Amino acid sequence: MWPRMTLTRINSPPGSRAQYPPIVGRRRAMAPGMAARLSGVTASMDEQASEAENGWEHFPHGADIGVRGNGASREAAFEQAALALTAVVTDPARVAAREQVAISCTAPDEELLLVEWLNAIVFEMATRKMLFGRYLVRLDGNRLEAEAWGEPIDRARHRPAAEVKGATLTALKVARGPAGGWLAQCVVDV
Amino acid sequence: MDPARFEHPAEFEWHVRPTGAMRVPAIIYADEALLRGMEDKVLEQLTNVATLPGIVGASYAMPDAHWGYGFPIGGVAAFDAEEGGVVSAGGVGFDISCGVRALLTGVAKAAVEPIKERLADALYASVPVGLGSTGRLKLDAAEMDAMLTQGAGWALARGYGVAADLERIEERGTMAGARVDAVSERAKRRQRDEMGTLGSGNHYLEVQEVAEIFDRAVAAVFGLKEGEVVVSIHCGSRGLGHQIGTEYLRDMAIAAADFGIALPDRELACAPIASELGQRYLGAMRAAINCALANRQIIGHYTRQVFRHFFAESALALLFDVSHNTCKLEEHAVGRTRRQLFIHRKGATRAFGPGHPDLPDELRSVGQPVLIGGSMGSASYILVGTTESERRAFSSACHGAGRSMSRHAALRRWNGHAVTAELAARGIVLRSPSARGVAEEAPGAYKDSGAVVDAAEQAGLARKVARLEPLVCIKG
Repeated sequence: MWPRMTLTRINSPPGSRAQYPPIVGRRRAMAPGMAARLSGVTASMDEQASEAENGWEHFPHGADIGVRGNGASREAAFEQAALALTAVVTDPARVAAREQVAISCTAPDEELLLVEWLNAIVFEMATRKMLFGRYLVRLDGNRLEAEAWGEPIDRARHRPAAEVKGATLTALKVARGPAGGWLAQCVVDV
Repeated sequence: MDPARFEHPAEFEWHVRPTGAMRVPAIIYADEALLRGMEDKVLEQLTNVATLPGIVGASYAMPDAHWGYGFPIGGVAAFDAEEGGVVSAGGVGFDISCGVRALLTGVAKAAVEPIKERLADALYASVPVGLGSTGRLKLDAAEMDAMLTQGAGWALARGYGVAADLERIEERGTMAGARVDAVSERAKRRQRDEMGTLGSGNHYLEVQEVAEIFDRAVAAVFGLKEGEVVVSIHCGSRGLGHQIGTEYLRDMAIAAADFGIALPDRELACAPIASELGQRYLGAMRAAINCALANRQIIGHYTRQVFRHFFAESALALLFDVSHNTCKLEEHAVGRTRRQLFIHRKGATRAFGPGHPDLPDELRSVGQPVLIGGSMGSASYILVGTTESERRAFSSACHGAGRSMSRHAALRRWNGHAVTAELAARGIVLRSPSARGVAEEAPGAYKDSGAVVDAAEQAGLARKVARLEPLVCIKG
């Protein structure tokens, strides 16, 4: 059963498959930084995280779908936006971290970098026939280095709902909120 | 959208005069109910498009228009290269040349009914659908370039289809001016094993009954007979087109400032047609059109194979193949002169009227078939282009029902298994790899296709010929 629109925090150590609980559950306070990004829980759609907490959600768009990541850091927001991208296709909790793929990209500014990042994932999903359930992002200015963990698409288990064609410039925003957290979002074409 | 925001010179026309940076008016073709159902964003995007350099006539929206990125989906805009006109990757869309082809089976609905389930299974097994599916073909570099240059002609030369097909495809199956050097290796890589695949989202293959004929004379020319079955295939240029759209949208967004183009929104990213970037995009987009034409040609061939298994005599002649997401150089009347214009149609169908020289001989007397897709449970329509459509919107018409509800909202309202059961109760057999995908594409998430085509007809964009009702739907 596919959960409805979800706000999720994935923060499990790489390598383990049991780290992906279903997208329901309780919330926990989370410290900023990579350690916090790598240990975690999930939250249901009824719980609204502030932009300072790691989480993702979808937002409506006429024909397509918006992906939004919130994070204590810009890196975390990019990781959560990537999870929101995966969730357009399938429940990220169903994706096991069996293989690691390195991704890097650059752009003239941080908003276009988000688009580049999401499109790089779309490309890897399409050409490797893989889905990714967790991401680790490092940013140096407008250069991104990342690892994505995932597995080959299993159509029976993942039941992919839609193919993402690409990330658009619509509703594109990378910004810091009043609470100090980061938001990264755009509409993806499906 | 509030009708009070518009001038209303005719029952199905809604105008906004140019203000501020707008160079031309914005015009929506719709009835009042459809207009009220459109998001305010449609008008915002239409007026933004109206500010772009070199735009001619007006910034148009078809009756099925909805909020897109940059340009609205269901948007039509013409640009003159000699007046600094632009080409926009967002004005074409990611799924370049996504379109519909309709095949005439000559088989009666009564003959299909008893084998409907087996027919659905066979089509589902023969046509790869959904994310993660791969085609039977693997293209090496030389074959990829040949496909991108020759389109459906390439597929025909490799045994997919019959020669007569080409006459019934826009551009006669091969889009001229494709530039393989403008297509990145990443785009080609993405397409290497995706030829002959349907994709997902709103793409489908449907077996449909001709349920009603509105224009018997034109239907006879088209070969449509009430009670007979047609097959409609809706898909596009797959990963190659998506990658080209992605890369050029980015490149145009970055380069816009260098061209001195003031964009009200970055998503309107575009480049002068005469610029090197503009020319490269046009060459790459034309290659993607060829990819889409080849893709539908291959899927059409698979469909024929399946039908021949059940109905040995069926030939599945191609009625027509239309593309929705394109920018094409066409000659149109503007006032008293004829001009060469680059027509962006994003989620809109070319609809040439009777006598147009680009139509095949057998169809020239009546006009171009305009194939309007429904959504699983809802009717599809076949229309015909009109002479007056050129005056209305550079010979363009709607392309489908158009969404009335976001995927987000659809997912909250419907369950995929329940939708499948509901369709089955109505005699519609559905095959899809994803229950969630079915929920997102639930018929209720779309506008009433009947209202959309009625508005298109009343506005003079195209004229109704036949209504098709689904019997089998293969959904990506």
